[in-house]
Amino acid sequence: MSNFFRQIVGPRVPAEELRRHTARFATPTVILSIARVLLLASIFFPYWHMNLEAPQYPDGLQVTAYVNYLSGDVREIDGLNHYIGMRPLHEAAQLERTSAVWMIIAMFLLVEGAAFVHSRWAVLLALPAILFPAGFLADLYYWLSTFGQNLDPHAPLSSSVKPFTPPVLGEGLVGQFRTVAEAGTGWWMAALASVLTIVAFVFHRRAYKPLFDRAAGEGETCVA
Amino acid sequence: MKHTHPKMSRATWALTAICGFTFALGVLAEPALAQPENKAEPKSRRRVREVKPVEITPGQVSDLQKLANDRKLTVEDIMAAAKTYLPSGRHDDYLIFASGGHSGQMFVIGVPTMRLLRSIAVFTPEPWQGYGFSGEKDPVREHLQINGKEINWADTHHPALSETAGDYDGEFLFIGDKANARLAVIDLRDWETKQIVKNPITISDHGAAFVTPNTDYVVEGGQYAVPLGYGYAAAEDYQKSYRGMVTFWKFDRKAGRIDESQSFAIELPPYWQDLFDAGKLASDGFVFGNSFNTEMATGGVEQGKPPFEAGTTQRDMDYLHIVDWKKAEQVFKAGKIEKVKNFAVIKLDTSIAEGVLYFTPEPKSPHGVDVTPNGQYIVIAGKLDPHVTVYSTEKIKKAIAEKKFSGKDSYGVPILDFDSVKEAQVELGLGPLHTQFDNQGYAYTSLFLDSAVARWSLGGEYADKHPEKPWTLVTKTPVQYNIGHLVTAEGDTVSPDGQYLVAMNKWSVDRFYPTGPLLPQNFQLVDITKNGTTMPVLYDSPIGVGEPHYAQMIKADKLKTWTVYPELGWNPHTQMIDPKAPKAGKEGIVREGSTVVVNMTAIRSHFTPENVEVNEGDRVIWRITNCERSQDATHGFCIGGYNINLSLEPGEFTEIEFTADQAGTYPFYCTEFCSALHLEMAGYFRVKPAGATVGQATK
Repeated sequence: MSNFFRQIVGPRVPAEELRRHTARFATPTVILSIARVLLLASIFFPYWHMNLEAPQYPDGLQVTAYVNYLSGDVREIDGLNHYIGMRPLHEAAQLERTSAVWMIIAMFLLVEGAAFVHSRWAVLLALPAILFPAGFLADLYYWLSTFGQNLDPHAPLSSSVKPFTPPVLGEGLVGQFRTVAEAGTGWWMAALASVLTIVAFVFHRRAYKPLFDRAAGEGETCVA
Repeated sequence: MKHTHPKMSRATWALTAICGFTFALGVLAEPALAQPENKAEPKSRRRVREVKPVEITPGQVSDLQKLANDRKLTVEDIMAAAKTYLPSGRHDDYLIFASGGHSGQMFVIGVPTMRLLRSIAVFTPEPWQGYGFSGEKDPVREHLQINGKEINWADTHHPALSETAGDYDGEFLFIGDKANARLAVIDLRDWETKQIVKNPITISDHGAAFVTPNTDYVVEGGQYAVPLGYGYAAAEDYQKSYRGMVTFWKFDRKAGRIDESQSFAIELPPYWQDLFDAGKLASDGFVFGNSFNTEMATGGVEQGKPPFEAGTTQRDMDYLHIVDWKKAEQVFKAGKIEKVKNFAVIKLDTSIAEGVLYFTPEPKSPHGVDVTPNGQYIVIAGKLDPHVTVYSTEKIKKAIAEKKFSGKDSYGVPILDFDSVKEAQVELGLGPLHTQFDNQGYAYTSLFLDSAVARWSLGGEYADKHPEKPWTLVTKTPVQYNIGHLVTAEGDTVSPDGQYLVAMNKWSVDRFYPTGPLLPQNFQLVDITKNGTTMPVLYDSPIGVGEPHYAQMIKADKLKTWTVYPELGWNPHTQMIDPKAPKAGKEGIVREGSTVVVNMTAIRSHFTPENVEVNEGDRVIWRITNCERSQDATHGFCIGGYNINLSLEPGEFTEIEFTADQAGTYPFYCTEFCSALHLEMAGYFRVKPAGATVGQATK
């Protein structure tokens, strides 16, 4: 094993020490496991909802974003959007939607890998998972504003509905529609995974920092 | 790595396993999560308004009192209003499917509000529903052909909802046309007529439609006897050549269609058969029909002979027809039939020999024949006799088994001894016509001449359900006026619901503002929830669109109605996606010789394409798909001057075919108000005169 590789993955835990302090070493691994399972499971849950309310839609119109597709009244919303010159929703975030499941699986594996790395590099591996929920909302904002601000000036209602950016979270108003947007279960799961990952690294540092420092002091890494 | 520690090896294994699992999950997740694009999303997100228990303050009481006095309302009127009024957005508990009489349609009415929800076009082209206005090859127009003639009106009499185990299942609806002896099938998923069958052996019926308990057969009984096949025969040959009939139309529930090849008729003597009803539970396997004109009168008032009205009413008794349809089915399947106009008919002699047909006397020219919910009794209403006569199924079966015959009619049909099969006779009043039932052991019979609804008590196993003596008149409620049929909630099934009764009154006289000399009928809602003598009229509903005869009332939540068609490009005539349906993005105009095919889509607020140009004399095939998925986003499509108008409901596909035989410029447009830009949803159909330079059809 090269020295560089040892530097990256950090010291292995001596069997004796593992037996004596099982909880200390298990804690970060367990928390990271919970976090990555949460993140993975979030694929199956909606990340974001928007409700559109108007008099002639007594049930309202809903659009729900999963990481890889949109569901709900997308067709109807697209139908209405053409009056104000907004592009069809499926044209938005195509790259993100096609790659999202694989990105999350990659993040899952990276976090899994992080549990085996006993150095500060572990944080780097988990960084995508930590930033993912914030990244999702930022990307959503980008697309909402791109679509809302670039309306076709030749659309039938272009004179009465000016370019706008619907709020990513909270209430807005477009024509006769009141919009209410909120994060979905999937996003909250990813957010919880993000927080748990950060918490895991507190315990990670507590467990492995002394080992790492000791190994660095001895000048070589002990393989247990 | 030289020394692989056993622990590391396990960890490596675990890692590999988890990676594999994750990969598999990813592969599975990808298609599972892919969004189906065109699928309808049946939603039931209807918000039901929450209502807190009402407390009426003294101030409100005095307001109400003032209002009532200003409007001259009694306390009963206020109660009736409270029992029938529904606030906006609330749906009726029951639906009435009523025949539309000569309108050739069906009417659907909500109960208790008595609001007319819509009509269903059946035997008559109807523009709002785009029924029969899609050009020269319209399937509706083809259905309406009889012997090469389009018969586009009907006298619709008796609707029948499909049943499973004797109870309405809310899937299909049948309706008979008395004037032309036709039967229609309506699919209750989209409330559209799917099939019209013409009875080949007669041109006059009355006892249609009635279904057997599992809708194996739809029964159509005849009325005015004609020679089978309705060819010519002189009046003098009446007894020899004329015949009655009852037809059993085989219903293929899976296909949603009547299978004419599996249907058959039973030849009957030339009495005028009237109404029929299928036995159920105790009487399952039998069909009962009544008759009049067993005198076999042939009229002739013009020759000084007694008119039909006298000639048909000479005898004191006519015949209740008892048909063992399960036996008849065996006879038909054994091939013991003759073909009349290529339709299977079990001849009278065969029926007699095989024990398919029996008669028993019934008082003079009766009307309705109605089987009680348990199937144990058959009620015949006297019409010209003030009684209802109740027959016992058990006694009929016994009399058949023991051959207790009082004789034979002149055609050899055995007549069961009246006293051996009669259970009871109840005197109700003048002109009893039709009977239905409730859940309290009561029967309700319409009294035409008395203009009243009679409530009377049943006996047998019903005797414990009500406080009155069995087989007695309990009360009568006057109705306005001349009641024909009546209908109670699921009142002809094995489990009636009670609650509501609707009197279908033929005359309204002074009930509404006079609408010229032609007046509407009056449907009156009667509250039958309380037992005993309380049975108030709650509401009058004018029916000014045709004269309904019979109706059936079904619990609304039994229906599984589509709110939009299940998929884009749906053809309601086939109830599936039509491969010819144009898809969004694939529109265009294609010329093949002198035929021009237009592939068009409609979505708020435009048709694609918007300019269609053909040459005079071209055959035009014009296909349109409504690409909407939103409830109520219906588009119309009309071309003026060409008698074309469609109703394209969300998802629906229709094909129009016609010859562009009139040169000119014809705007086409959406005829169903769809959106703020509805008026802009239009285009031009241009027909170049023959001889002008041929225009280039564009793809």
